[in-house]
Amino acid sequence: MGASSFLQIQNVVKDFDGYKAVNNVSIDIEKGEIFALLGPSGCGKSTLLRMLGGFETVTSGRILLNGKDLADLPPYDCPINMMFQSYALFPHLTVWDNIAFGLRREKMPKDKIAEQVEAMLKLTQLGKFAKRKPHQLSGGQQQRVALARSLAKKPQLLLLDEPLGALDKKLREETQIELVNIIENVGVTCVMVTHDQEEAMTMSTRIGVMSAGQILQIGTPSEMYETPANRFVAGFVGNVNLMEGVLSHDAPDHVIIDCADCKHYVGHGITGTEGMDVTVALRPEKIRISATKPEGEHNMASGKVKEKAYFGAWTVYRIELPSGMILKVNESNTERHAEDALTWGDTAWASWSPSAQVVLTA
Amino acid sequence: MSRGKSSRTGRFAVIGVPYLWLIVFFLLPFLVILKISLSEMEGVAFGNLLTWKEGVMQLTLKFSNYLFIVQDELYFKTYLSSVRYAAVTTVICLAIGYPFAYFMARAEKRFQPVLLMLVMLPFWTSFLLRVYAWKGLLSEHGWVYNIIVFLGLDHVLAVAGLISAPGQLMNTSFSLSVGMVYTYLPFMILPLYANLSKMDLRLLEAAADLGANPWVAFWTVTVPLSKAGIIAGSMLVFIPCIGEYVIPELLGGPETLMIGRVMWDEFFSNNDWPIASTVAVVMVLLIIVPLAIFNKYEAEAQEGSR
Repeated sequence: MGASSFLQIQNVVKDFDGYKAVNNVSIDIEKGEIFALLGPSGCGKSTLLRMLGGFETVTSGRILLNGKDLADLPPYDCPINMMFQSYALFPHLTVWDNIAFGLRREKMPKDKIAEQVEAMLKLTQLGKFAKRKPHQLSGGQQQRVALARSLAKKPQLLLLDEPLGALDKKLREETQIELVNIIENVGVTCVMVTHDQEEAMTMSTRIGVMSAGQILQIGTPSEMYETPANRFVAGFVGNVNLMEGVLSHDAPDHVIIDCADCKHYVGHGITGTEGMDVTVALRPEKIRISATKPEGEHNMASGKVKEKAYFGAWTVYRIELPSGMILKVNESNTERHAEDALTWGDTAWASWSPSAQVVLTA
Repeated sequence: MSRGKSSRTGRFAVIGVPYLWLIVFFLLPFLVILKISLSEMEGVAFGNLLTWKEGVMQLTLKFSNYLFIVQDELYFKTYLSSVRYAAVTTVICLAIGYPFAYFMARAEKRFQPVLLMLVMLPFWTSFLLRVYAWKGLLSEHGWVYNIIVFLGLDHVLAVAGLISAPGQLMNTSFSLSVGMVYTYLPFMILPLYANLSKMDLRLLEAAADLGANPWVAFWTVTVPLSKAGIIAGSMLVFIPCIGEYVIPELLGGPETLMIGRVMWDEFFSNNDWPIASTVAVVMVLLIIVPLAIFNKYEAEAQEGSR
């Protein structure tokens, strides 16, 4: 194998009474990575994380950490710690004692424990809350206690189960960056589970999208967004317009795809044959909108403005195309009052460049 | 405005009814008892505390009953003995009840109602009958008696001083304790079960994740978190045990001293109501102290679980 990955998940299956919650998943994760398992609820991502944490046994397959099979390691010798969803802080212990809990189990000398707890408090800026009980803290502070507690034993692998799920939106955005900073500061390898694609994209180095127990695609956040491998990934990661069509002309440097409402000119070749059914994925922010028909004949469609929502920085239009399909368009408001040009009921022209689309064959 | 007013009336009614109940059936009788304890026997009636003599109101409070109780060793011994029996019963109930409640709370959800029902099943028959049944079980040739004697456990009990001699189980400290533990066990189990079944099991996973084996996790997480249940159960057992009359009467020996029996004797054998009332008042005071401690913990626990 040569240089094998730090964490290797090899053909892992978890079977619950005949139902395969995790079905033949293989992932290699490098040291120092923050890897996000992204998927809707019930896709098996939490089960996979729980297997990494040792809370569930593996039905078949192997999980290797640093080349050692986790199944062979006794739980107390397992250098993996988990930050639980909604934290699972011990309500009867102070912040200090919560963080010290794992260290005390290691029979560490008292002064060493104190030293490590203080270091964790400093890292998470919780020093002045050390004597408080969890219920006396805000959601964000509790989250930091949970992080400090899971990092206190200096794990080689940190597992995060919906790390920001219990926080409100505004706090979540601030905490995402803070959390990543702390994790990178410590340099611990991280696997996180989330159903929030924004969270996965801002926090992780790589994402694995899961559905129905299987990994559909693994890649960096931008790969996931710009070159989704299939319709599920395209739809789950970000907003997308999906148009069914037929490959009508296949050239080495471009293809033409006929859809109900438009002809797509795609400026790159694809592997396919003329006449095959494909799906064209088009992100809403890659579409321009205008009141008059643009030049040319490809990559445009017209319809009625059905809905329009002004968000300040951008305006979201929903345009009803002749076939009945609703085309989502995000127009950034580069000029003041730019959104006044089109309003409900107007006929609008949507257009996009030949490099905007992704052609999906799966 | 009218809505606010009517809702306030409703609230008063809801709070008022139980308070009225307590005032009529607890506070007033208690005051009557308190009055009797402070009055003097005049033949077959009690002297009035308040008397009018030549236009002067006189308040006569006779504290000698209290002095008598404090000075007479018998009462002190009886209180001590009652507290000891109640404490032993509480500890044994906790030792049996905690594992019981624990496994009930951790049993499969669909079995839990059945288990709960089984704990409450004894309440369906008369308490008196159930206690009386122990007389038969512990008397010579009762099957519990036979098993204990067959195993030679009676010798152990005799050495421990719980029974006077091997082969004599009834009317001893042992039979009394068996009866009390048997009767009060459900009162320990139910609050513990209620507490333990509410526990967030992810806390145990978190403990395991941080390197605690199940035994350590039990003592560092489960037990501290069930403190409120332990206290509630203990109080529910301890308080009625102190004043218990029926069980000592049926299962206790001639030498088992319990306040309940002393009170009965004073009221109905000696007909000395003032002394009997004094015993009762002191008992109430004795119970109020642990109750106050309990309430304090309860308040803290409520704050903690917020």
